[in-house]
Amino acid sequence: MRIPILKLHHYLLVSIQTEIDDHTAIQFQEDLLNQIHKSGATGVVIDLTSVEMIDSFIAKVLGDVVTMSDLMGAKVVLTGIQPAVAVTLIDLGIEMKSVSTALNLEQGLIKLHQELGD
Amino acid sequence: MSLQTCVNIKKEWDIVGARQVGRDIAKETGFGTVDQARIATAISELARNIYLYAGSGQIYFEVVEEMNRKGICMTAVDTGPGIDDLSQVMEDGFSTSGGLGAGLPGVNRLMDVFDIKSEKDKGTEVKAIKWVR
Repeated sequence: MRIPILKLHHYLLVSIQTEIDDHTAIQFQEDLLNQIHKSGATGVVIDLTSVEMIDSFIAKVLGDVVTMSDLMGAKVVLTGIQPAVAVTLIDLGIEMKSVSTALNLEQGLIKLHQELGD
Repeated sequence: MSLQTCVNIKKEWDIVGARQVGRDIAKETGFGTVDQARIATAISELARNIYLYAGSGQIYFEVVEEMNRKGICMTAVDTGPGIDDLSQVMEDGFSTSGGLGAGLPGVNRLMDVFDIKSEKDKGTEVKAIKWVR
């Protein structure tokens, strides 16, 4: 299973709609970096509205994706984190401090637009 | 006491399978969405530990009732190499696998009761309970 990555102008859009296993998470990391390289995208929105659980491994992969994309020159915004997911991440002791977030996809796109100005 | 459910952990996909089974049981038991997520997350951490460190093992689920409360009890069992220093693995940020080191201390915080036993070369057993509030 692969997570689809869509291109919209200068941005890449990702909506994670299924339960993520470890292999899919790693595959997604690679796919996204390759897409950033190929498309020259300056911004990425990863929408997590349908994600019901983020454990420490998935959190690590997501955090790494943000840092790696940043190294390549693309800003990532995570959107749609569910209340239950936010609570469990903090219970786990995971603070994604350097990660940009927004309430939903629309707000995420606005945030990218404001920060990147394109 | 009610029937026990057992999930075998042998391959990576079993981590996902285990948390789905656990979430279903949690839902039936009457947990709200936040606690369902806590339980599913704890299962994910326990199942991954089995897969990563022992190769294979089992997670048992049981609905437990006592006095005037109800809860879910999960027991993760493996016959792997065991844990040398239990106090070390319960420290936040300690990891031998390149992870976040949030696994076991995280499970401890996500659940209400947490008990771990480990013997070198014999295996590890983690028992955790969450009560319906």
